[in-house]
Amino acid sequence: MTDIAERHAAITTTAPNARWHGAAFEARLRRRYAAERRFRLAGLAAVALAALVLVLLLGSIAGKGWTAFQQTQILLEIDFDAAEIDPQGTRDPAVLAKANTMKLIRDTLAAQFPEATTRAERRQLSDLLSSGAPFELNRMLVADPSLVGSKQAVWLTASANVDQFIKGHIPRDVPAAERKVNDLQIRAIDALTAKGALTKAFNTTLFTAGDSRYPEQAGIGGAIVGSLLTLVVCLGLSVPIGVAAAVYLEEFAPKNRWTDVIEVNINNLAAVPSIIFGLLGLAVFLNVFGMPRSAPLVGGFVLALMTLPVIIIASRVAMKAVPPSIREAALGIGASRLQVVLHHVLPLAMPGILTGIIIGTARALGETAPLLMIGMIAFIVDIPQGFTDSATVLPVQIFMWADSPERAFVERTSAAILVLLGFLILMNGLAVFLRKKFERRW
Amino acid sequence: MQLTVLLLVLAALTAAGYLLGRSTAVCRARGRLAALHSVPAYHGLYVALWAGLPAFLLFLVWMAAQGWIVMQLTLAALPDRLTGVDAQALSLLKADILNLAAGINTGRRPDPALLEAAARHNRLMDLGQWMLLALGAATATAGLLAARSRITTALRARNKVERVANVFLVVCSLVAILTTVGIVLSLLFEAMRFFAAYPPLDFLFGLHWSPQTAIRADQVGSSGSFGAIPLFAGTLLITAIAMLVAAPIGLLSAIYLSEYASRRVRATLKPVLEILAGIPTVVYGFFAALTMAPFVREVGTALGLSVSSESALAAGVVMGVMIIPFVSSLSDDVINAVPQSLRDGSYGLGATKSETIKQVVIPAALPGVVAAVMLAVSRAIGETMIVTMAAGLSANLTANPLQSVTTVTTQIATLLVGDQEFDSPKTLSAFGLGLVLFIVTLALNVAALRVVQKYREKYD
Repeated sequence: MTDIAERHAAITTTAPNARWHGAAFEARLRRRYAAERRFRLAGLAAVALAALVLVLLLGSIAGKGWTAFQQTQILLEIDFDAAEIDPQGTRDPAVLAKANTMKLIRDTLAAQFPEATTRAERRQLSDLLSSGAPFELNRMLVADPSLVGSKQAVWLTASANVDQFIKGHIPRDVPAAERKVNDLQIRAIDALTAKGALTKAFNTTLFTAGDSRYPEQAGIGGAIVGSLLTLVVCLGLSVPIGVAAAVYLEEFAPKNRWTDVIEVNINNLAAVPSIIFGLLGLAVFLNVFGMPRSAPLVGGFVLALMTLPVIIIASRVAMKAVPPSIREAALGIGASRLQVVLHHVLPLAMPGILTGIIIGTARALGETAPLLMIGMIAFIVDIPQGFTDSATVLPVQIFMWADSPERAFVERTSAAILVLLGFLILMNGLAVFLRKKFERRW
Repeated sequence: MQLTVLLLVLAALTAAGYLLGRSTAVCRARGRLAALHSVPAYHGLYVALWAGLPAFLLFLVWMAAQGWIVMQLTLAALPDRLTGVDAQALSLLKADILNLAAGINTGRRPDPALLEAAARHNRLMDLGQWMLLALGAATATAGLLAARSRITTALRARNKVERVANVFLVVCSLVAILTTVGIVLSLLFEAMRFFAAYPPLDFLFGLHWSPQTAIRADQVGSSGSFGAIPLFAGTLLITAIAMLVAAPIGLLSAIYLSEYASRRVRATLKPVLEILAGIPTVVYGFFAALTMAPFVREVGTALGLSVSSESALAAGVVMGVMIIPFVSSLSDDVINAVPQSLRDGSYGLGATKSETIKQVVIPAALPGVVAAVMLAVSRAIGETMIVTMAAGLSANLTANPLQSVTTVTTQIATLLVGDQEFDSPKTLSAFGLGLVLFIVTLALNVAALRVVQKYREKYD
């Protein structure tokens, strides 16, 4: 009080114009404007920093990962010697599948590089190829038994080390002991490259194969299928339950303590850490109900419980936006309350509900921690066939590969992240599109 | 096989019930549709519900009970020398039977009695499924016929169908409650088992965390020590670093976007934050472990500091980046909720924009901003993947951000990944940690939500 009185006295005692003119005033004004500019700049800097981090993050991952979409292949002139593969001449698929194709590869390489004389050197040469290369030949033979006895030029997958060398991740000019490709192998690679028998091609294995200990044979096919199966279960449960719960809470529920409890509960559930849902899944679904570990079914259950609050909240907001006049009009011509909801409110709220569902799904697709708890972190080579098969999902696959020290796995992890982000961008784009297209202001 | 057949049969009977009910209603109306109480479609739904619902409930109950009943019957037929053992051996025995029944040989030459039990188990299972198929189909047919015979012009089909629909809606809204109850009960129950083996005070206030327990009884020096203070300290350290990054940047961006940016700038910059919010945490973890941690280490080494390769700083900074959009979108809402009249009053007194923001808008929005920060803290505490991938596992009690620390969520994740026997204190301790985590985050959320709600009422 005294403060204001003093100021008032100060203003009235000085000449009225002196406060708003002169050097002191100008300096004060400049200071205030400078403070204004500084504050504005700080705000801009904060947004710019966030954008910079985003660019750095995406840039570093894309930079590490884009090379994984290509895989080095080696062209070999394989002699499918009938005496070697199928001595009985039965062309029986069981025999062809087990034929010693490794020897064919070794013989071809030995014929092409006669300078490799010792056993160890021959072995180094066959290490140029993926350890899965013989199986590729076996599969070819089973698919087409007429190959037996012929001579064919075949593209085979190169080993991860050769692949990394070609992509420049293993430097050439360091002492031989420090690189994973030795001098003999480099000479062979150069010779093959000069002949055009060594190129990079699109890496289909990455999208079709399951996990593997060998980077060149590892893929995210199994993880993508696992993610799809999990999401199907998750959506199959969370969408009907979530929308029904929202309909009840928004349109039918009486306003009392009981519904207040449900409401507070849903808001809190949306903020519970995801790993807690994993603990719930482990304790209830696996230990009490005895459901199978690592199964997309259980993963879907857990993710459904997590997605539920998101869908309920979004659906309620969307239904709240539908004006009451529409409900009253429908009631006025004799519709029951359920008919009002099913025929009018839900169709009008659908874009908002769909947006909520898509955003919830996107979150479920990127979720990792709760799935670790229920054992979806497993080394799974086969692509899962059903909801109770052991499976893993894309984010968990990324988590597992991120632990591998090999450069080839770093590359594949980044590629898997790019694929995951691609899916997420697609889904969020769809949500934005729906919102833009169907958004209606009442 | 039988299950698929049953579900197909049920679907077919339900569809048939709908068509039959509808046509029966039309038939009973004798050409005067207005005489019907409800539209024919509701009669169809009425019959379909009677055909499908009881049989489906039977199916669910049967599926839940069958395994247990068959196992009891199988055990009852076994000689006493096998079944007269303690609970643990009995559960092993059950697992053996199930494995043999599924055709998985456990390596050793199995006991002939067990082989027979497995065969018996399979026979009973098969029998049960055939019975279920027969019973289910019979129930559905009976329901269909009974409901169809009840159709008259006076039948209040719509009301009956709507009552079922209402029950369905109520049950669905109870799922959220059941989830919470499930979380609380499972955490409490398992944590109680842990506290029975390890005193809760030692857990909450102990200074030494080393969860390795002895596998054999006579093993030396690994009795397991579960003092969780280092974990709490580590969690706090990383959360504090994250908030130091996220709170100022998030708040400043919210201020800039809502008060300064033009419509166009806002439309281009806001998606940046939304993308940051949409990136999965495992991607942030990968970035923290492979890009941020080596970077921090190199900078630290260049400055002559010793930096752990799993420093708390790297994990904290990346977690802060993850939380920026969270803080900014919540603060954005709060700032927008401050009435324009307050700003106009301030401008009218000659204040500049920044003075208005600092002295009028932020003080008015303060409770909401505090709530936003509290929600962000709760999220940082509960975040798992970034710390699992980028923070360490060694439980150091330190406040040095350049050292490696471990967090509550990291320990939960590492304790429970992989196959472990479920009754050792090592695995159960994860549930003790989970309980603490749940209580802390719940308290933060409830408090924050209450502040937000109060605040909203003030300006509405």
